[in-house]
Amino acid sequence: MSDEFLLEVKSVTKRFGGFTALDDVDLAVRPGERLGLIGPNGSGKTTLINCVSGTLRNESGSIRFAGEEIGALPAYQRTRRGIARSFQIPRPFTSMSVLENLVVPIEYVAHRALLHAGDTRPEAMAILEKIGLAEKAGTPSNRLSQVELRKLELARAMAAKPKLLISDEAMAGLAGNEVDEVLDILFRLNEAGITIIMIEHIMQAVMRFSQRVVCLDAGKIICEGAPASIVRDPNVQRAYLGA
Amino acid sequence: MEFSSGLFLNAIIAGLLLGGFYAAVSVGISISFGMLDVVNIAHPGFVILGAYIAYIVNSLFGFDPIVVALALSPLFFLLGMALYRIYYVCFEMRGQDSLRGLAFFFGILFITEVTLILTFGVDYRTVQTIYSDTTWRLGELDFPLRLVVPFAVSMAMLGGLHLLFTRTFFGRAVLAVAQDQLALRLMGVDPIRIKTFAFALSIATAGVAGAFLIVIQPVEPSIGREYIGLAFAVCVLGGLGSLTGTLVGAFVLGLAESFTATFFGPSWAPAVSFGLLLLALAFRPAGLFGR
Amino acid sequence: MKQRMSNRTFAVVAFVVAIALAAVCQLIPNEFFFSAAYTVLLYVILATAWNILGGYTGYVNFGSAAFFAIGAYTTVALYYAVKAPLLVTVPVGMAVAGLAGLGLGYLTLRLRGVFFAIASLALAVVLFTFVVNWDFVGGARGAYVLQPTEVPFGLKNFIHLLFSVQLLMAAGALVVARSIETSTIGRGLAAIRDDELAAEAAGVPTLRLKILSAAISGALMGMAGTTFPYYLSYIEPSSAFSLSYSVNSIAMPLIGGMMSWMGPLIGAVLLGTVQQIVQVTISSAWNLLIVGVLLVLFVTLAPNGIMGWVEAWRQRHRK
Repeated sequence: MSDEFLLEVKSVTKRFGGFTALDDVDLAVRPGERLGLIGPNGSGKTTLINCVSGTLRNESGSIRFAGEEIGALPAYQRTRRGIARSFQIPRPFTSMSVLENLVVPIEYVAHRALLHAGDTRPEAMAILEKIGLAEKAGTPSNRLSQVELRKLELARAMAAKPKLLISDEAMAGLAGNEVDEVLDILFRLNEAGITIIMIEHIMQAVMRFSQRVVCLDAGKIICEGAPASIVRDPNVQRAYLGA
Repeated sequence: MEFSSGLFLNAIIAGLLLGGFYAAVSVGISISFGMLDVVNIAHPGFVILGAYIAYIVNSLFGFDPIVVALALSPLFFLLGMALYRIYYVCFEMRGQDSLRGLAFFFGILFITEVTLILTFGVDYRTVQTIYSDTTWRLGELDFPLRLVVPFAVSMAMLGGLHLLFTRTFFGRAVLAVAQDQLALRLMGVDPIRIKTFAFALSIATAGVAGAFLIVIQPVEPSIGREYIGLAFAVCVLGGLGSLTGTLVGAFVLGLAESFTATFFGPSWAPAVSFGLLLLALAFRPAGLFGR
Repeated sequence: MKQRMSNRTFAVVAFVVAIALAAVCQLIPNEFFFSAAYTVLLYVILATAWNILGGYTGYVNFGSAAFFAIGAYTTVALYYAVKAPLLVTVPVGMAVAGLAGLGLGYLTLRLRGVFFAIASLALAVVLFTFVVNWDFVGGARGAYVLQPTEVPFGLKNFIHLLFSVQLLMAAGALVVARSIETSTIGRGLAAIRDDELAAEAAGVPTLRLKILSAAISGALMGMAGTTFPYYLSYIEPSSAFSLSYSVNSIAMPLIGGMMSWMGPLIGAVLLGTVQQIVQVTISSAWNLLIVGVLLVLFVTLAPNGIMGWVEAWRQRHRK
């Protein structure tokens, strides 16, 4: 039991049939840390996140969060314990408006009472303002642009009031100033005490944001360290550019 | 009832022969659901349709129903193509939830059944073939030809399908389309055409299985529903998308039903397949030969 | 989803309307009205119940007839065992049907929706076989459940009572559906329907809610069946397990609209009335064919049903 780490992933292996997506992966994240997770497509980043959040079950290894072994818990319980994630390809609740999308995690995580959750709208609106979607509150979520969908993904994760927020390529497809907007939000969340794991392909965002960067390739961690040194690491360069 | 070895062995034989028939009924589901992920629960409706068509031709011209079905299988193939087109345009392309696809096929099944009722009524129909009343005897063992002939043709059909899926480009493309459509497209193959073909093939097998059905037993429009659970039970037990698994699952089911009918009475038989399905779903969704 | 009326108010309104309708309709001289209305109300309950698991949660149940029959045969069994009155058989029938929904859900809702759908059909066949072989409730020969000669509340005859009871049950089903729809649970179910993975990630206990939804849906469908043995004073398996119940409970919400409690009501009243007319003027087989064709037409061309049309019309005229 260590208070040093908020999230401890030890020797996690995940296989899909004959394909090994994660091979004996270790990862430790300190409370309040800003961690960047990089790696080429197919390297296992999202699979790792899925195993941490509970969407997938790993075959072996352990996952500890806040000192508790969570490997056997279903995803919703991990969310309730403080792990929130956004999805790489946005998965909005299509029959609901933007605001209603946030009401779900607020009712089921932040406000937890099942019969009378209190008025969730002000809280939802506050999050929408922070993320810049306030004018779209009443818009059906199946009418949003790609950019707005990605912001909604992040907003939904924020609504769960997490201790650990995992953002899975939240900035993909965003223009320069929008990237800055989202980075700003993540910085402020971190300042408020939320630990953040950022999966991103936009290198300048990863470099600016992360205190530490981990690089995955073919299911294995090939490099770990400060942003500046990662970029220069030959293993990382080989993974991205090919041998 | 005396427990004699003859009774026991005949139950096994009947179970295996029946299993051959069940494999023919289920292979279509193995293709459409196991490989293409299309939940065509209307499949048994087409089996019954095939049975009735074989019945009409047989009562008008006296031709053997299985021969008729094989000859008419291109028609079922075309029907399958049309059905998949509609399904694709209305559901898969729009990315609609599977609920509507399910409701669609359920509607088709229902329409098929009711149309048959309106056309033929609810009386049982049978056919007479040159072998309907013949039984080969080997000591205590009975081999009723009305079971043996469909079994033999079914095995041939399954063998042909196995070769198709393992040796031909088309067959392997079908297996590929289940796994990686994009890769297939990059190879210059149109996944939609492949899927249409495969689905059409599944309906064609339904038509042939229908002929087996009416040779084996009398048919009336509503018995299609009993075969839904059976076909899915076979496929789930055997592992979705595996032809060998479908065969094994069919034999398991055939034997289970045969033993139930022999030792507990035939009225319990439908419950067997569905009961096995429920158990299989509860405990082994990957099936015995899961992918 | 703006709530205009609280659920408590809605419940009061619904029951007041039901009682008022029951009272007023007693004056209708045509006896056929009562048996036709009974059947239409039966479908209102079935469609509303189906939609809780179907439209709200996104899981298709092909075996509505099984749950309906559970309600019916629980009444029969209790009638033969202890001459139990409706007041007893209704809650017991609901409990048994609810347990069946819970059990089926527990076994199969972990898996993809299609397996639940097929398992529900399987349940119908298994239960049918079981009932056919169960002599206590008459088996294949059927059973007689005699209508009491004395009709309470001073009503003219027993079918009037059945009609009134059915009205109250329909009101009850609508109240339950609306309460779920507008509650936290309803929003959780909608999240499951829209994207189960995202719902789970958002903290929704998906398996639990799905099983709950299946249990409530099953219980209400059972409720619809509890009065059925009294309707004709006779019941036998083929009619209790009739495919018509399964198909209609899917077609009616689909045609009316699956997103709210009003859809199944509209679909049941419209389609149910049409069927009553067709059945009397043409035949019951043609009747079923029409239902099947409408089901396929709506699911391919107008998947959001009549309520969907209304919504789309309203959206266009808002601009």
